[in-house]
Amino acid sequence: MLKISNLHVTIAGEAILKGLDLEIAAGEVHAIMGPNGSGKSTLAAVLAGREGYEVTEGSIEYFGEDLAALEPEERAWRGVFLAFQYPVEIPGVTNLEFLRASVDALRAHRGEAATSAVDFMKLARATCKQVGLDTDFLKRGVNEGFSGGEKKRNELLQMLLLEPKLAVLDETDSGLDIDALGVVADGVNTLRSPERAIILITHYQRLLNHIVPDRVHVLSGGRIIRSGGKELALELEEKGYGWLTEAAA
Amino acid sequence: MSETANQKRDVDGDAAIGRHLEREYEAGWVTDIESDTLPPGLDEDVVRFISGKKNEPEWMLEWRLEAYRHWLTMDHPKWAHVHYPKIDFNAISYFSAPRSQEDRPKSLDEVDPELLRTYEKLGIPLHEQEMLAGVAVDAVFDSVSVATTFRSKLAESGVIFCSISEALQEYPELVRKYMGSVVPYRDNYFAALNSAVFSDGSFVYIPEGVRCPMELSTYFRINAENTGQFERTLIIAEEGSHVSYLEGCTAPQRDENQLHAAVVELVAHKDAKIKYSTVQNWYPGDSEGRGGIYNFVTKRGLCAGERSHISWTQVETGSAITWKYPSVILRGDDSVGEFYSVALARGRQQADTGTKMIHLGKNTRSTIISKGISAVRAENSYRGLVRISPTADGARNFTQCDSLLIGDQCGAHTFPYIESRNPTATVEHEATTSKVSDDQLFLCRQRGLDPEKAVSMIVNGFCKDVFRELPMEFAVEAGKLLEISLEGAVG
Ligand SMILES: Nc1ncnc2c1ncn2[C@@H]1O[C@H](COP(=O)(O)OP(=O)(O)OP(=O)(O)O)[C@@H](O)[C@H]1O
Ligand SMILES: [Mg+2]
Repeated sequence: MLKISNLHVTIAGEAILKGLDLEIAAGEVHAIMGPNGSGKSTLAAVLAGREGYEVTEGSIEYFGEDLAALEPEERAWRGVFLAFQYPVEIPGVTNLEFLRASVDALRAHRGEAATSAVDFMKLARATCKQVGLDTDFLKRGVNEGFSGGEKKRNELLQMLLLEPKLAVLDETDSGLDIDALGVVADGVNTLRSPERAIILITHYQRLLNHIVPDRVHVLSGGRIIRSGGKELALELEEKGYGWLTEAAA
Repeated sequence: MSETANQKRDVDGDAAIGRHLEREYEAGWVTDIESDTLPPGLDEDVVRFISGKKNEPEWMLEWRLEAYRHWLTMDHPKWAHVHYPKIDFNAISYFSAPRSQEDRPKSLDEVDPELLRTYEKLGIPLHEQEMLAGVAVDAVFDSVSVATTFRSKLAESGVIFCSISEALQEYPELVRKYMGSVVPYRDNYFAALNSAVFSDGSFVYIPEGVRCPMELSTYFRINAENTGQFERTLIIAEEGSHVSYLEGCTAPQRDENQLHAAVVELVAHKDAKIKYSTVQNWYPGDSEGRGGIYNFVTKRGLCAGERSHISWTQVETGSAITWKYPSVILRGDDSVGEFYSVALARGRQQADTGTKMIHLGKNTRSTIISKGISAVRAENSYRGLVRISPTADGARNFTQCDSLLIGDQCGAHTFPYIESRNPTATVEHEATTSKVSDDQLFLCRQRGLDPEKAVSMIVNGFCKDVFRELPMEFAVEAGKLLEISLEGAVG
C-alpha cells in the first residue's frame, strides 16, 4: 500500500529526513518511535502534503501512485488521514459543520451523495460517545478551547468518521489520561481491517499493550535505524535509544 | 438605490413570486416616468425639475432647495481612509428615465465574464442574470395575485409600505413630520446632496402596537431601474410596534451610475423595535477596479422613546468604495442600539465602515460587533464612535472589533473613538487582528476541503456572531456570498 524509498526531506533548506525507507502493507499497523526531533512529525506532515516540506530525493508510492505529486486534499480524498500532534483551533466553525463538510468532500470524490443532516447527526453523536466526548462538542468551534486530551479525542472522532485507508496518528496518545488511552486503542482497533494501514507515532510502549503492532521502527536522525516486532518496543522501554543511536552513528 | 435598487434576487428564495410582485408594482405602485432625461449638471432648476416631475408638495421642493443651497457651501469629505478620483458632480445626470435599450449591453456576451460566472454560482436564472446585468430585454411577467395578497395582509394590520414618491402623495404629513428629522440635510456632504436630488426609496410606517406580520424586503417594492443613485428610505415604528426590514440582495448588481449616495432614517418610538438588515453586493469593478460602484451611505436611527430598540446588521461585500456608518441616537431612557457588521474587501476594494452610538438617555445600552475581512490588496477600515453625553447616566457600550487578513498585501485599520462625559458609564472595547493561518488551512485540506472551501469556512466561522443576527434565509445567502467573493483570494 505504502512504499517510501530513500526519502530525503528539507524544511527551509535544512535536511530533516535523510534516506528513510518504510514499507507498509494493507492490514498492518506499524509503530514509529524515536527521540524528540528525530523527524517523526516531519514524516507525518510529508505524507499528508504539508507545504514547505520539500522532497529532494526518493519517492513515496501509495497504491502505486506518486503521493508527493498530490495536493493535500487529493491525498485526503484517496484515504490519507493525519491525526495531528498539535490540533489547531478554527474559531466559530462548529465541529459538526466541519466534520460534515469533510465527510461530504470525501464522499463526493467517491461519487457518493452528500449525507443527510439527520443521518449525519446520528452518526456523529454515536461516534462522539465512542471517543468519550460529550455531544456538546459537536456544537463548539473546532478544537476551540478544548483541553489537550479533548483535542486528541476530537482527532479520533474525525478519523472514525472519515474511515481512512492510511491513518497516521502523531502522538495521539500523548497527554491523555489512562481511560483515554483505552479510547485511542479502541478507536484504532475499530479501524483495523485488512484493507487499511495504520502508522502510530508514539513515545510510549504502554499504547502498544493495547494495540499490538505488526512492526516497530525506530526513527533517529532522519532515518529508520532499527525495525523489529513488538518486542522491540519493550526493549526500547527498558534501554532507551542510546544503544541504537550510538550504533547507528 | 444604493443597496436596494435594481433588486432582482429574491431573498425569500422564491424568484417566481418576486417576479410576479414586480409586475404588480409596475402596474400599480410606480409613478409613470416619461422618457426624458436631464442633461448632466446640477443647479436649482434641476432640483425644481425633479420635484415637479414627481408632483411633490411645495414644502418638499423648498426643503430640497435649502438642502441644495447648503450643499453648495460644503466641502467634499476627506477623512475617510479611502482614495478615489474627485467626483465631478456636473458630469452626473440627476434625472434619468430608464436606460434606453440602445445604451445597454445587447446580450450577456457583452457583460464582464467574471460577473456571469458569479451569477451562475449563485444559481441565478438566465433571465434574471440579464436583468441584473442591465441587458436590453423586454421583460414579460405573468400577472398573478401574490402581490395583492401581500399588500392586503399588510393593509389589514395598518402597515404602510410604499415608495417615498407614493408616500408624498398619499401620506404627505407623515413624510413631512419625519423626513430629515434623523438625518438633517446639513448632516454631511452626501446627505445634503441626497436631500436635494433624492430619486426614490422606501417608506414604512408601523402603527402603534403592531408587529409587522412579515419581514419587509425591498425586493417587494423596488421597480427595476428607477430608484436611481440617490435613494431615500424612511421607517417609522410607533409605540410598541415591531418591524424587520431587509435591504439588498446577494447578486452583484450593476448600475451605470458610479456614485451612489443613499440616506436611511429610522425612528423608533417608546417600546418599538426596528431591525434593519442589509446585504450589499454592488459591482466592485473589474480586476483593476474599473467600473466599480462608489457607495456613500448615511444611515441613522433614532431611539426616540423609552426602551426603544434599533438594530443594524449588515454584510458588505461589493462596491469599489464603501463609506457608511449606520448609527443610533439613543435618546429614550433604557433604549438599545446594536450594530453587527461584516465587511469584506478584496482585490482593490476599499471599505471604510463603522458605526456611531450616541448615548443621550439614561441606562442606554449599545453593542457593536464588527468583523472586517481583507483579502488580496484590499484596505478595510473600521471607524466607530461611542459618545456618552453627560445626561446618559448608567450608559453601557460594548464594542468588539475583529479583523481577519487573507494574504499579506492587504490592510486592516481600526479607528475607535470613545467620548465619555459621564462617569457612571461603562465603555468596553476589544479588538483583535488575525490571519487565516497555514495550520488552519492545512487542517482543512487534510480533511478533504479544497483551499477555497477551506478559506470560506474559516471566514464564515469568523463572521458567525454577525450572521446569527440575520434572518435565516439571508444568513444562508450571506454565507454563500462570502464563499463566492473569496474565490481566487487564496493560493
Ligand atoms: N518549520 C521548521 N523549520 C525548521 N526546522 C524544523 C521545522 N519543523 C521541524 N523542524 C525541525 O525538524 C526536526 C524534526 O522535527 P519533528 O517535528 O519531525 O520531530 P519529531 O520526531 O516529531 O519530535 P517530537 O518527538 O518532539 O514530536 C527538528 O529538529 C525540528 O526542529
Ligand atoms: Mg512530533
